[in-house]
Amino acid sequence: MKDFKRPRSEKDFELNFSPINPLMSGSEAVVESSRCLFCYNAPCIKACPTEIDIPLFIRQISTGNLKGTARTIYESNYFGNACGKVCPVEVLCEGACVFNDMNLKPIEIGRLQSYAATYALKKKFALFVPGAPQNKKVAVIGAGPAGISCACELRRFGYEVDVFEAKDKPTGLTLHGVAPYKITNEEALKEAEFLKKQLEFRIHYRTPVTSYRQFRNLENEYDAIFIGIGLGNTVELKIKGEDLDGCMGAVEYIENIKLKKHKARSGRKVVVIGGGNTAMDAASEASRMGAERVWLSYRRSKEEMPAYEFEYELAKKVCVEPLFNTAPLEISGKSKVEGIKLAPTKVVSGRITADKQNSFVVPCDMVIIATGQEKQNKLLDIIDGFEFDDKGRPVTEGDSFRAKGTKYFIAGDVINGGSEIVNAVAEAVKAAEGIHNFLKGNTN
Amino acid sequence: MADLSVTFAGIRSPNPFWLASGPPTNSAYQVMKAFEAGWGGAVWKTMGLPVVNTSSRYAAIDSGAAKMTGFTNIELISDRPLSHNLREIEEVKKRFPDNPVIASLMLDTKEEWQQVVRDAENAGADGLELNFGCPHGMCERGMGSVVGQEPELLRLIVSWVMETAKKPVIVKLTPNITDITEPAIAAKEGGCNAISLINTIQSLMGVDIEKFVPYPVVDGKSTNGGYCGPAVKPVALNMVRNVSQSPFVGLPVSAIGGIADWRDAVEFILLGATTVQVCTAVMHYGFGIIREMTSGLSDYMDEKGFDSVSSFSGKALLNTVAWEDLNLNYEVVAKIDRKKCIGCMICYAACEDGAHQAIGIGKNGSRIPHIIEENCVGCNLCSLVCPVEGCIMMVERKDDQAPETWKERTAKGNVPKTFDDPLAGGLKHRTKY
Repeated sequence: MKDFKRPRSEKDFELNFSPINPLMSGSEAVVESSRCLFCYNAPCIKACPTEIDIPLFIRQISTGNLKGTARTIYESNYFGNACGKVCPVEVLCEGACVFNDMNLKPIEIGRLQSYAATYALKKKFALFVPGAPQNKKVAVIGAGPAGISCACELRRFGYEVDVFEAKDKPTGLTLHGVAPYKITNEEALKEAEFLKKQLEFRIHYRTPVTSYRQFRNLENEYDAIFIGIGLGNTVELKIKGEDLDGCMGAVEYIENIKLKKHKARSGRKVVVIGGGNTAMDAASEASRMGAERVWLSYRRSKEEMPAYEFEYELAKKVCVEPLFNTAPLEISGKSKVEGIKLAPTKVVSGRITADKQNSFVVPCDMVIIATGQEKQNKLLDIIDGFEFDDKGRPVTEGDSFRAKGTKYFIAGDVINGGSEIVNAVAEAVKAAEGIHNFLKGNTN
Repeated sequence: MADLSVTFAGIRSPNPFWLASGPPTNSAYQVMKAFEAGWGGAVWKTMGLPVVNTSSRYAAIDSGAAKMTGFTNIELISDRPLSHNLREIEEVKKRFPDNPVIASLMLDTKEEWQQVVRDAENAGADGLELNFGCPHGMCERGMGSVVGQEPELLRLIVSWVMETAKKPVIVKLTPNITDITEPAIAAKEGGCNAISLINTIQSLMGVDIEKFVPYPVVDGKSTNGGYCGPAVKPVALNMVRNVSQSPFVGLPVSAIGGIADWRDAVEFILLGATTVQVCTAVMHYGFGIIREMTSGLSDYMDEKGFDSVSSFSGKALLNTVAWEDLNLNYEVVAKIDRKKCIGCMICYAACEDGAHQAIGIGKNGSRIPHIIEENCVGCNLCSLVCPVEGCIMMVERKDDQAPETWKERTAKGNVPKTFDDPLAGGLKHRTKY
């Protein structure tokens, strides 16, 4: 069990949020890479959404060819460093490692990847050059993993690319949403800078695209438009007291910590509502921000939690206390949060019902809501020609990620409902191919 | 605990583990420490005209995380005055009368050889080892491996030594020669009492690809050194076997070459050695490894019911024959244990690209491969690359064919005689293309 004091300085903060997967040393990388079996048609490759040739880059590390390693990684995944640090490797590449079947520790693929990618960023390896000019322009909305990956791929095809970003920094949730003990701001920004320098796309910061007129202008000015805007704000619970000071969405809470570090607001007694990975992160971060107690209220059982097992373990390690099978009824307080009323739940014919008779109050000064992010349909709805399926998802054409019948292409969290960076990268690269085929007049 | 004591060419030793002549036997301090740790005997760092050495002197090959699987040195014989070495041998023998100390010698003229043989014996050495093996530096001065490579000269020098020596004389051979039995026979003819082998293999360890100079680097230059360590064991095993099997040698053998644990020692003993000598492994891990070596050997002997080292020395020689005496009608086929298979498919890649296309990919996306028996020639490759112990086994194909060797087939005239002879062995197996 770990006790964290409220961080008072950047140094305190860095100590509380020290990396859970620290950077490998050269000798660690040599030892670890020499363990790899170099499987034929390796399962780790198939388990990676971007299909990095993992055995190849590990062999390249073991032979001291770090430039070759970097090329292998970045050719498949523009967010090679971020993914090495942030990916849920336990359920992806490392989960597929054949060593698991021998009850041996799987190869630490994530850390090896991050070791090689960090080296590449430090040495500024020249890996990419823009393609011969196509004399066509593509607008990319959103400078997150999807937007930047799409921009990179398009530049290599030779298209001119303008990226429009609402915030003042790139990499989206990598910067604003991923816990600092997984990746630091500096690491996230360095990778974006590395790519931008080599592939020369433009990013227009503080330029949200939100109005019909803006979309119309883009349509007139650009030959294709890629949308990689991720998800919206936290979904409201619609219970009493949600507007009290001290009640906030998990995305906003986490972003605040990423940007303000030790100066970010955090409660002494915190209740997090939700059972997903974002809830686990928010709870862990509240504990690392020095909360006396952190509770995690989830309306179903531990087994039904959508969060990855290891994310829950991370939260438990920092003393987060679970309150399974509880649902929030109301948040109490005069102007600030003073407590939250929770009711035990049970499942009656498939539906969850709260047992209000037996409700109880948990005194707290902060409630963090982590029950999901809003879809962006309101925004997408204003674009001419967008079609939605019965679940409200934009209808796209096969693997091209083209919004049916339009010059828009759309990928990443905005369309997959919220997934990993690696998924956004993989989709965006395919979307860039879709754009390329579209602009060549080959729409399949 | 089994009785590990041995008598090697008349030299009694509490166990067969000796330190080979080299850096670990450079001083009384080291040799006494080794005896305290449990080593049986020690062959002193070669004495002669003191040398001047370079800095640096060593280089190594690593295999992934395993350090120093191969090792090289360009160090010469002892750089200490002869009188210091002799005085220290005397002190060691006073404190450890039961542990043999062998004086390794490398000299030039007959007078020198005979003088130093007498000096070493007077200092209390239990035996003499003539260093005809060193393949770097000393050979350029007409000593070491040039003697081991020239049987006439070797025989002459051995005979000089034998005129004077009262203690057993061991001749240490160089592997840098085509047929190891030639110098061994010459040594026997010279009258020596035992053979030790192998000395190091002449080698270049690698090249610094940034600075364009091989390792080890001495002020921007390098030279060939002597290769040793675990990597040379197979070469040494074969040479020990050749000497042991030669009907013209018939001398006790002290085996040297990549010995690092009890198992290595047993293997050399099974091929005819009585004692084994260790250097690189001690340079890597220190004298403490002897505890593993003696206990491992003892447990092995207890388990097998061997009451002495000599009772199993050479036991594998009967089973080490010429290729033409192998049974061509014996066939094994690979078998994959599906329960143990982890699906790495390394065996598939190895067999498909490097052998006989006898492994098929699993059906319906399964990663568990299967053996295509009609293609399998029983080469072992898949079982060697498999990372799971006991997952791929080579199983004997049962048939009623009587054993038949190449020699027997040749006698019957039942072997391929033309380039497209239907007796070609490969016609039994399918090829994909």
